[in-house]
Amino acid sequence: MGRRRSLADLSYTLVIGGLAALALLIIVAPVVIVLMTSFTEGRSLKFPPTGFSLQWYEALFDASKSRQIHRAVYNSLEVAAWSTGFGILFGSMASLGLARNRHQLARVADGLFMSPLVLPGLTFGLAALMYFTLIGFRPSLNLIIAGHMIVTVPFIIRTTSASISQLDPALNDSSQSLGASWLYTMRRVTLPLIAPGIFAGAFLAFMASIDNVPVSLFLSTARTDMLPIRMWGMMESTLDPRIAAVSGVLITAAFLLMLVMEWTVGLTRRMRE
Amino acid sequence: MRKLAEWQLALPLALAFASIFLAPLLMLVGVSFFNDDKITQPGFGQWAKFLGDPFSYKVIADTMLLGLKTVCATIVIGYPLALIYLDASPRLQKVLIFIIVMPLLLSVVVRTFAWIVVLGREGVVNTLLMQLGIISEPLRLLQTELGLVISLTQIEMPLMLLPLISVMSRLDPNLRDASSALGASRWRTLFKVIVPLSMPGLVAGCLLVFASSTTAFISQTVIGGVRLIYLPLLIWQQSLVVFNWPFAAVVSLTLLVSVLTVVSALSYLGRRSGGYVHG
Repeated sequence: MGRRRSLADLSYTLVIGGLAALALLIIVAPVVIVLMTSFTEGRSLKFPPTGFSLQWYEALFDASKSRQIHRAVYNSLEVAAWSTGFGILFGSMASLGLARNRHQLARVADGLFMSPLVLPGLTFGLAALMYFTLIGFRPSLNLIIAGHMIVTVPFIIRTTSASISQLDPALNDSSQSLGASWLYTMRRVTLPLIAPGIFAGAFLAFMASIDNVPVSLFLSTARTDMLPIRMWGMMESTLDPRIAAVSGVLITAAFLLMLVMEWTVGLTRRMRE
Repeated sequence: MRKLAEWQLALPLALAFASIFLAPLLMLVGVSFFNDDKITQPGFGQWAKFLGDPFSYKVIADTMLLGLKTVCATIVIGYPLALIYLDASPRLQKVLIFIIVMPLLLSVVVRTFAWIVVLGREGVVNTLLMQLGIISEPLRLLQTELGLVISLTQIEMPLMLLPLISVMSRLDPNLRDASSALGASRWRTLFKVIVPLSMPGLVAGCLLVFASSTTAFISQTVIGGVRLIYLPLLIWQQSLVVFNWPFAAVVSLTLLVSVLTVVSALSYLGRRSGGYVHG
């Protein structure tokens, strides 16, 4: 019996350990491989890369050779900044208004605001394209900003509502019983306490906007090109090695951002909650 | 008076959602009931055309199957990783969660591109297999469903792991100790204790992975190619290449309905199994 049990335990360690190792390999290896490939000396993306050079990074940062990519990067950053800004404003207001409200209608509104997370993005993207076109808007970054705000605001609402539900209601009550106005309590008590939640959500929303495909796919045009769509184009036609350099930059950026967010608001802890 | 003021804070977002979320979706439904691509003749023509074509059902089934295969693959290798996380020291846990979350912050396009480099003709897998002498010709991994499922497994993995880990971390460690003290093997403890109790996380993970992989337009088109047709590709072709908006509306509503149907079925099963454990 004891022998069989230790055999079973051994098989458990082997199987579970092996599969987990495979999972880690699958998660990490492609990222490392792309980073290595981006420094290739050759003209194709074969692995292992031949030699070491920064040629694709130089081509990428060259303003005249890569104007379209630069344009797309600026557009993506601009859209992400504005949509996150509006998202913070509207989203945190909505969370403050609804998080403690047990009314049926408040639950419905909350469900509505979170629904872009489950709704297929392509369906909304296509709907937005038809809607804006049929009511007579011309394609512009403003429309993309509006679309991105809708699909990224759930991240802000989720983390902000989580922070609000952890607030001790006594703080609010004591502030008000000491004579502070609603606005003063909001400014000096509530907002400072939920700020890390808003910040974490805003970060996720910003990243989701930078990465958004379904809305940008339908609402962007050649003039309002967005980075993921541009990169998709670079992969679809001839495989342009500059895309490895773009990936290298984005991987580095994600890594650094992740470290910064971990130190400032404890992002991983918040995401597990 | 104050109560009134509080819920009114939600009004700006409610207005935004009404005008740029609900209204477009309603219009999408409306447009799907027009027969011609100029959107002038109302009728059920496009629905009849889509639902009367056997090809449509194949595309729907392929799309749903792609989602289910990806869900299975993420469970098979993701669940063990979550178990390892559970047993790890706090320091190792921090490293693991960092590795798990980081891909989430990395553009889907970059993750898709990575798999082109890995699976391509001159990619890592082919180079390795050829040098080991296992194959003499490069395998075709891109533009196959297998390659697509492998790629999506990595791309969607964080969506499975985060809810799993979040639920598992809250499990009482004493339960596992009790199970093992009562003589259960680790396998038995896994299937009789840990899996049932982590069901809410598992279900949440499945929902996210399914919804995301069935609609992963970029990965599907770039790794799957144009020969593997899924609903997102059909929507894109019909709306931005052929400019048949009513038909595109029909397909995208079909995508919406099929994804939501599977998602609600999964969450219903999840609730039932959850009820079994706690009741």
